[in-house]
Amino acid sequence: MSIWEYANPKKFIATTTPLIPWVFGATAVCLVVGLVWGFFLTPEADRFGSTVKIIYVHVPSAMMAINAWAMMLVASLVWLIRRHHVSALAAKAAAPIGLTMTLIALWTGAVWGQPMWGTWWAWDPRLTAFLILGLFYLGYIALWEAIPDPDQAADLTSVLCLVGSVFAVLSRYAVNFWNQGLHQGATLSMDAEENISDVYWFPLLFCIAGFVLLFLGLVLMRTGTEIRLRRLRALERQAQRITA
Amino acid sequence: MKALLVRDLRLAIRAGGGFGLSLAFFLIVTVLVPFAVGPEADILSRIGPGILWVAALLATLLSLDRQFALDHEDGALSLIATSPLPLEAVALIKAFAHWLTTGLPLTLAAAPLGVLLNLERPAFSWLVLTLALGTPALSVIGTFGAALTVGLRRGGLLLSLLVLPLYVPTLIFGAEAARRGAEGLAAGTPILMLAGITAGSLALLPFAAGAALRINLR
Repeated sequence: MSIWEYANPKKFIATTTPLIPWVFGATAVCLVVGLVWGFFLTPEADRFGSTVKIIYVHVPSAMMAINAWAMMLVASLVWLIRRHHVSALAAKAAAPIGLTMTLIALWTGAVWGQPMWGTWWAWDPRLTAFLILGLFYLGYIALWEAIPDPDQAADLTSVLCLVGSVFAVLSRYAVNFWNQGLHQGATLSMDAEENISDVYWFPLLFCIAGFVLLFLGLVLMRTGTEIRLRRLRALERQAQRITA
Repeated sequence: MKALLVRDLRLAIRAGGGFGLSLAFFLIVTVLVPFAVGPEADILSRIGPGILWVAALLATLLSLDRQFALDHEDGALSLIATSPLPLEAVALIKAFAHWLTTGLPLTLAAAPLGVLLNLERPAFSWLVLTLALGTPALSVIGTFGAALTVGLRRGGLLLSLLVLPLYVPTLIFGAEAARRGAEGLAAGTPILMLAGITAGSLALLPFAAGAALRINLR
């Protein structure tokens, strides 16, 4: 018994397909509990009013946007080192989800920023870093789409993912530096975990768990789809060979 | 190695296009900026270093898709790959040739173009210094991007989408150092970071580019 036996596509599908409804069920429970508790059962914050509640979508999606890239990095490494196709397909499957999470985080941030900072967008280090992360996702997805041969595409996107990770981290610190150079002090401090009171914190935990489960379920489902698509292509090729 | 370098340089200079084109592009972008933002001297001198950095970056990008594509089309790349030279070294030499024909002329041309943007006196030396430090990184990162997209039919647009986000840290530190230097602030940290990015890219990215070339030639 080792984890690598799930690298067998057949075994992967057989194991994950029955799991998917359970994962989505747990997602629904966590999100309903977290969001209802967060939106309706928490008090309004002193200075922020009800806008504080955007945190229940904003923070989990932002976390998952970064975690999705980290997962892609691990999956790319596994593909490059051990050549498991499921791993490459999982990385491919995770990218659009990560991009969506990035967009959700940026959008909810803008919606919050408009009443609170008086602007939809500020060149704050965190915002800028997320925008750049979104660009990295775009490039990664575009490279997958552009290369017809699946193995070659998996190889090249994995290399891009490795290099991109280094540069994404580098950009994060560069942007931090750049903004401090422009303005005095940051416009917001997001170390909410330290300041936030338990009233807001517990529903947030549910929301985070919900987003993690949502990501997990979507990745499993999309990976299964990719595997089946590839199997379909192989079957089509076989059929062509027989008829030819 | 030398033969490859000399060959690339000859091709770049004689085959037309690459060499003069990026310089001309640099000139035109710089000339267009005052039309867009207005001719006020103080605005131009304030945004000048940043504009020249962005223009240099775009001009670098322009000649990147020729890096491997032409050699790939006529089969020269496969021949080079069968030579005893490892592909990592090929990537490094290609990047060096690209820098000699693009980065270096851009760095040298930046000072005269700075006159057009009304740069102040201390800004010139900072601009040239940061460009000299930063353009090698741009060439190496771009070579990596070109190696990724070499087999693709219409790789040019994809290449810019892949490479531009990778250029962000270089641009930030380069332009920041030039701006701080021009305004007489301490520019040591961004200069060191810029040099660090260049050194790190030079050391590591040829390996990534070599791996990408190997995958594409498979």
